[in-house]
Amino acid sequence: MSLLEIENLRVSIGQIPILNGVSLTVEAGEIMGLVGESGSGKSMTALTAMGLLPHGMEAFGRVTLDGVDILSAPESAMNRLRGHDIAMVFQEPMTALNPLKTIGEQVAEGIRWHTGANRADAESRARAMLDRVGLPESQFPLNRYPHELSGGQRQRVVIAMACALNPKLLIADEPTTALDVVIQAQILDLLQELVDEGRMGLLLISHDLAVVAQYADRLTILRDGEVMEAGETAAILREQKHPYTRQLARASTHVPARAKAPEIASGKPLLEVKGVARDYPVRRTSLFAPRKTFRAVDDVSFDIQERQSVALVGRSGCGKSTLARIILALDKPSDGSVTFRGKDLAHGSQAELKSIRRDLQVVFQDPYGSFNPRHRVERLVGEPLHLMEKPLTAAQKRDRVAEALQQVGLSPSDMHKYPHEFSGGQRQRLSIARAIITKPKLIVADEPVSALDVSIRAQILDLFAELNEQLGLAYLFITHDLTVARAVSDVTMVMHAGKIVERGPTSEVLSSPKTEPARALVEAAPDLEQALNKRLQGIQR
Amino acid sequence: MIVYVTKRLVIGLVTLLLASVVVFGVLEILPGDPARIMLGMNAGPDALEALRQEMGLNQPAPVRFFQWLAGLVTGDLGRSYTYSSPVIDLVQERLVVSLPLALISLFLSTAIAIPVGVFAASRSGKLSDTLTMGTAQIGIALPNFWLALLLVYVFAVGLRVLPAGGFPGWADPVEAIKSLILPSISLALPQAAILARVTRSAMVETLGEDFIRTARAKGLPRRKVLWRHALRNAMIPVLTILGLQFSFLLAGTIIIENVFYLPGLGRLIFQAINQRDLIVVEGVVMLLVASLILINLAVDICYAIVDPRLRIGR
Amino acid sequence: MTIEQTAVDLSQRHVLRRAFSNASFVVGLAITLTIAIVALVSLFWAPYDVTKLSVASRVQGLSWAHPFGTDHLGRDILSMIMLGARNSIAVALVAVGIGMGLGVPLGLWAAARGGWIDEVLMRTNDVIFAFPSLLSAVMITAIFGPGAINAIIAIGIFNIPVFARVARGGALAIWPREFVLAAKACGKGGFLISAEHILPNIANLLLVQATIQFALGILAEAGLSYLGLGAQPPMPSWGRMLFDAQTRIAVAPHLALFPGMAIVLTVLGLNLLGDGLRDAIDPKQRRTL
Repeated sequence: MSLLEIENLRVSIGQIPILNGVSLTVEAGEIMGLVGESGSGKSMTALTAMGLLPHGMEAFGRVTLDGVDILSAPESAMNRLRGHDIAMVFQEPMTALNPLKTIGEQVAEGIRWHTGANRADAESRARAMLDRVGLPESQFPLNRYPHELSGGQRQRVVIAMACALNPKLLIADEPTTALDVVIQAQILDLLQELVDEGRMGLLLISHDLAVVAQYADRLTILRDGEVMEAGETAAILREQKHPYTRQLARASTHVPARAKAPEIASGKPLLEVKGVARDYPVRRTSLFAPRKTFRAVDDVSFDIQERQSVALVGRSGCGKSTLARIILALDKPSDGSVTFRGKDLAHGSQAELKSIRRDLQVVFQDPYGSFNPRHRVERLVGEPLHLMEKPLTAAQKRDRVAEALQQVGLSPSDMHKYPHEFSGGQRQRLSIARAIITKPKLIVADEPVSALDVSIRAQILDLFAELNEQLGLAYLFITHDLTVARAVSDVTMVMHAGKIVERGPTSEVLSSPKTEPARALVEAAPDLEQALNKRLQGIQR
Repeated sequence: MIVYVTKRLVIGLVTLLLASVVVFGVLEILPGDPARIMLGMNAGPDALEALRQEMGLNQPAPVRFFQWLAGLVTGDLGRSYTYSSPVIDLVQERLVVSLPLALISLFLSTAIAIPVGVFAASRSGKLSDTLTMGTAQIGIALPNFWLALLLVYVFAVGLRVLPAGGFPGWADPVEAIKSLILPSISLALPQAAILARVTRSAMVETLGEDFIRTARAKGLPRRKVLWRHALRNAMIPVLTILGLQFSFLLAGTIIIENVFYLPGLGRLIFQAINQRDLIVVEGVVMLLVASLILINLAVDICYAIVDPRLRIGR
Repeated sequence: MTIEQTAVDLSQRHVLRRAFSNASFVVGLAITLTIAIVALVSLFWAPYDVTKLSVASRVQGLSWAHPFGTDHLGRDILSMIMLGARNSIAVALVAVGIGMGLGVPLGLWAAARGGWIDEVLMRTNDVIFAFPSLLSAVMITAIFGPGAINAIIAIGIFNIPVFARVARGGALAIWPREFVLAAKACGKGGFLISAEHILPNIANLLLVQATIQFALGILAEAGLSYLGLGAQPPMPSWGRMLFDAQTRIAVAPHLALFPGMAIVLTVLGLNLLGDGLRDAIDPKQRRTL
């Protein structure tokens, strides 16, 4: 008998099926990886096992934990199981903790509820658990509040809460998706250790095949509520029998075919950033404390040539988004200068800025948030045409929109639709269409694919590569994801604590990073091939 | 915390100062000569002039403003034209009616609204939720003075258990309380209806948060999660409304005290306005505004007590 | 994220479709429309002329001739309620118009500019909020004399900061959105962005607030005219009718019943309408407990 057995699980909301007969098992001391793209039903599987399905959803089939039937267990029995035998770590550490209670209270609460321990005992156990997950008392006393911790630290608190009573099974639902790669590796290592120490079973849910491949002993691959393939991680990845597995594996290591780095005309650079710095005032902690500032960007200089594709990589909070805002003239530098084709960005006149903006466009991360939901595509994609020197007629505008839509692989007839009628990938195509409609020279793309599923993200990366060649566009990709840098950039810059610490040809930086921050990034980045090699070696040993 | 409270305090004081300018300015342009009102239509010009001199009415407005302001700070609100007694005495006399009325109403409305709101939220979507919230919806639509009339008809005219109006004074506490029951219910019920709806929606909103799911994943039963995790988070919007309700309550006393012939501040100010008794109007309005600002300050401090995120400066 | 991120469909058409399947919206709309129609009809026709007093038929109970009875001056209550509806709606509607017309641009401006302009506007708001609204309305009508016009001004002034606050709050939530950043990257300024991107996205929010303020306006007007500061006789008003009924409550309770019910029904209708609208705009189904 396995620790967790899910057999032919079916879940639906009203008439809409979410899961169609999912089966999987988790053994004690084992990590089972559950992989799938959006809408595959991963989270619903997890919530069913917890007995926490949202209202209006019904589950059929059989789910047992250590022999106890979960689907038919009464609420009071589930309350005894949850947090004691089966626990869960969620995706969003920023919202998973009650903002009004201290971390000590929140960790101790479950201990007290299940064991009936008094406050002092529960707190000392909570203390021990927090120490275990890497939050030592000296820096993280029990009376800290969640808002005083970073995302990674909060996720550690959630893990401490979940593992406080040594559950038999832990479910981790995309536990690191909201965190940067370095923290991701730390959190996953921690989970691995906890599994090894307590012979706990772990159901590790992720959209990222590479992440799961590195840690999971076995894999279950889910698509549209059905299991595509299941088995030993090494075997699945080596054989790639199922076409969907193959598709996922390919998409996650996808590198678009690009002509070798174009010879860079070493003439005048397109964009020149010189000694740029940006300070932010820090909240005063007391009335009499002197005003302090925080330097988000610190003396950054670089340039981008025409047609060149540059990636700016760094961990969250390193200042890369601030730098992007300054380059887009959405924010002013405290010091230094940004010149675009010889014109000063921060101090230029309105007319100058207008012509710069025509040549300097942007693609944002979130394909859902980057369009005004009340406008039609024609108006949305055509918005930058407002920057043209001579106002265009309505017919001219429509032609330009149609052309841009075609260039990104959409149909001109799409211009009459609203953004909500498109899928995530299509919307990102719309953002790109909007960015290229003024025929710009440089596009700044802020995490342009990180909100997308792997297969879609491969398509969008292809599109970027294609447009680079066809339209002679230069790019500045802002990303925390090294695979994006590898896929579409010629030059990679690594940013750390407001400074650019390393710059070089992408292949060099990624294969032999020279500085510590760059090394940390490269080592932490999940890599499917490396993970597979490690697994295979492990088997041979 | 200190930064936060200090900042709120400064904002409150500035608001109070600006409000005093507004009050003084508005009453400055109010038609009617106080001296003539005091002495009546038949007074001779000499007598009027003498009285104006005595009351300082001939001095320029800014001078009088600062004199008035200094008086406010020291508790000297001036003398009423019509009652010929110090305003502060009038206020004290009336406060013993209005303050208990406001406090009883506030207590009633909170005591009814919060349990009802929590109850409805815990059953959101069910029939009991729909029924309670439907009732609350009607409660919000009730004008308090009409509710007062209905209550008078039932309890004073019909059942004859409570007085229809008037205030016997605190010499007989039982009778005094009895005469305040209907007025405070009339004030409290519509407010309770609003507060109950706010409480419910704040609770429902909070119950949808991620950390509620985390708490459930710990094994805590619904009831515990409701009281321990949801209620405190839901208190923030509830506090906001509570602060606003005090304002409505003060305004409500003007009407309700008129309905029940209660000799309170509301009735005092209404009569003073009609009689152009500026000094009284100024004094009472400032008192009401100050109490409102004080309440809002208290609400702000409560925010910081409830929400640790506010305690670091802002 | 496993459930396909279903972006909430915000186009106007869908909001309306959802609204019409919402019980409270439909009931609210029906009540509001009925009262609006009654008010409109009263412009052309009412069962009796309320300016004619008739001592012979005073304080009558319910009858076929006078379904709601007559008051102490022999006027037909039904006719007075019909005319009172016109008065109430006109006062509250214009007051909402004043509040929206001035408050929304101020709120948008404060959100767009930020800094000291925002600070000054919001502090001014605080000062206005520091006065209990009815108290100030009483003062204003006392200064400028009682009457419907002054009641409108008095109520309208207090709607300005309300709408300014709602518009500012809504706008501040929209400003950091990526589509606004995109518009900024297209070189659009605060005014253009406010008009093209912010306003359409907070329009629903403002509409909901408008129904709330409309309902509060009806209540405030009733309060003022109860105190004798609203519309002046012979123009009937619901509040004044209640005042007149008060002294006769023991002998003729129906005099107080019908005007009060008219107020409750109107306010209830508007509140239901606003509630239904809010639900239609923001359909939150997510619940775990």
